[in-house]
Amino acid sequence: MVETTPNSGQNSVQTAPIVLDPVEMRKIRMARNERIGRWVLPIIVVILSIAGWEAFCVINEVPHYIIPRPGRVLNALIEDWALLISSLGYTLLITFSALSIAIIGGVGLAVLFAQSKWVEMSFFPYAVILQVTPIIVVAPLIFIYVDSKFVGLLICAWIVAFFPILSNTTLGLKSADHNLVDMMKLYGASRWQTLRFLRLPSALPYFLGGLKIAGGLSLIGAIVAEFVAGSGGAESGLAFRILEASYRLNIPRMFAAILLISFTGILIFMFMTFLSWLFLHKWHESAIKRES
Amino acid sequence: MSGQTLLSLSEIGKTFSNGTVALQGMSMDIEEGSFVSLLGPSGCGKSTALKIIAGLGNLTTGSLRWPTTSVDQLGRPDMEVSFVFQEPTLMLWATVFDNVWLPLRLKGISRAKAKDAVNEALEMVGLSGFSKSYPRELSGGMKMRVSIARALVTRPKLLLMDEPFAALDEITRSKLNDDLLTLWQTFNWTVIFVTHSVFESAYLSNRIVVMAARPGRVVADIDVDAPYPRRGDDFRNSPDYNACCSQASVALHAAMAAGDHL
Repeated sequence: MVETTPNSGQNSVQTAPIVLDPVEMRKIRMARNERIGRWVLPIIVVILSIAGWEAFCVINEVPHYIIPRPGRVLNALIEDWALLISSLGYTLLITFSALSIAIIGGVGLAVLFAQSKWVEMSFFPYAVILQVTPIIVVAPLIFIYVDSKFVGLLICAWIVAFFPILSNTTLGLKSADHNLVDMMKLYGASRWQTLRFLRLPSALPYFLGGLKIAGGLSLIGAIVAEFVAGSGGAESGLAFRILEASYRLNIPRMFAAILLISFTGILIFMFMTFLSWLFLHKWHESAIKRES
Repeated sequence: MSGQTLLSLSEIGKTFSNGTVALQGMSMDIEEGSFVSLLGPSGCGKSTALKIIAGLGNLTTGSLRWPTTSVDQLGRPDMEVSFVFQEPTLMLWATVFDNVWLPLRLKGISRAKAKDAVNEALEMVGLSGFSKSYPRELSGGMKMRVSIARALVTRPKLLLMDEPFAALDEITRSKLNDDLLTLWQTFNWTVIFVTHSVFESAYLSNRIVVMAARPGRVVADIDVDAPYPRRGDDFRNSPDYNACCSQASVALHAAMAAGDHL
């Protein structure tokens, strides 16, 4: 009754030497080149751009207070490290707090929407309004109504990060296989069981897609809001450092801070990609490698 | 066969909200231990009938009775019906074990307590070594076996199958047909099997209910007297089988004759 496992069939084939046609050989070569190129090419491009930047500054004799040479930026990064890193810490605190609240709120509301069409019809427009109104025009109001700068920043970052999670998770919860929904009914599953065993796992790939977007957006939200909030003090994020440096025409420090923000964004994106892989690589279509 | 009536349909009708009459005046008694095929073209209401029996759809007219079993508030016989869909309908994120465990898990049975039952169900369908695999690692036929194991793990009295092997290749299908018959004979359940294949219905069942479309209705009820076990080509080459196939074919074509476009 047992169908043969894939291995048992292959053993007999492998004893003969493998003969491949030219097309297959080319495919193997291409795959190898691609593996190497994926790492080497971006590195080469980055090095070339930095060299180009340096050359441009030297050839055109651009003064360092307009475009600093890469060396000066690196220098600023090292000299101001303590200042920049503490500001980065504050920005990250806002980013991840906002993201956490966005996850809890977004998933929670999505579950509520999935339970009742009436709730969804009533409140989805508000979620859209929150999303389409640019944060930069709402932020000043928020800082008027909220005393604490920290809470104000948090609200702004949350507003931007919230929607992708809500809309993706809502879609995911509704995308559960209809036959499986029927089966749950047949076995007398409760609402909670259907949610726990069927709807939430079905929504996971969609949620992770939303999270990937929300991760980057919450960083952007945290920084944009700080530009609006403006004021300094002991607790200042990277946005304030950029503002401050621009007033003092400390261009290398501006570059250094921007570099730090970009790196942080990339790291957040990579982390979210890793998270997706972690949860999906065993079963989801998006993570399956195909031979063809 | 005990000959007791497990399930009795009388004058069942179903009209959808768009006005389609999916089923009209369907009456039949299903005997305990029988293997009944519902045979018909698409749109004849055979799947609708199966869903109504499963308690997944309301009926517009008529009534459904379970003379020998206790029934819960929703009119479903308690834990005694299982359903196998046309697609394997597995949870892709869960291992084979977890998929088969699901019906028991929903009844609050822990992994440890369900372990023996799940492994036994997997053994019945010949998938003992695959409990840790994910559905995507399995072939179409193996996925279907997992689906059948999940249906069997609750030890149902009645197994409802909705064209379960329609999407499989001929070789896998005939293997699964044989395995299904073996299991049926061993455990003595009642099976209602929806199919559009004359040959499949004649090979498997001891009763073929032929249905026609627009409106969905029963047009013939054929008893297949050939004894079990029916083994592969011996039975397929027998005059009994051929007579039965042509009888079912004639009934099917007679019902479809008048201007039906498929």
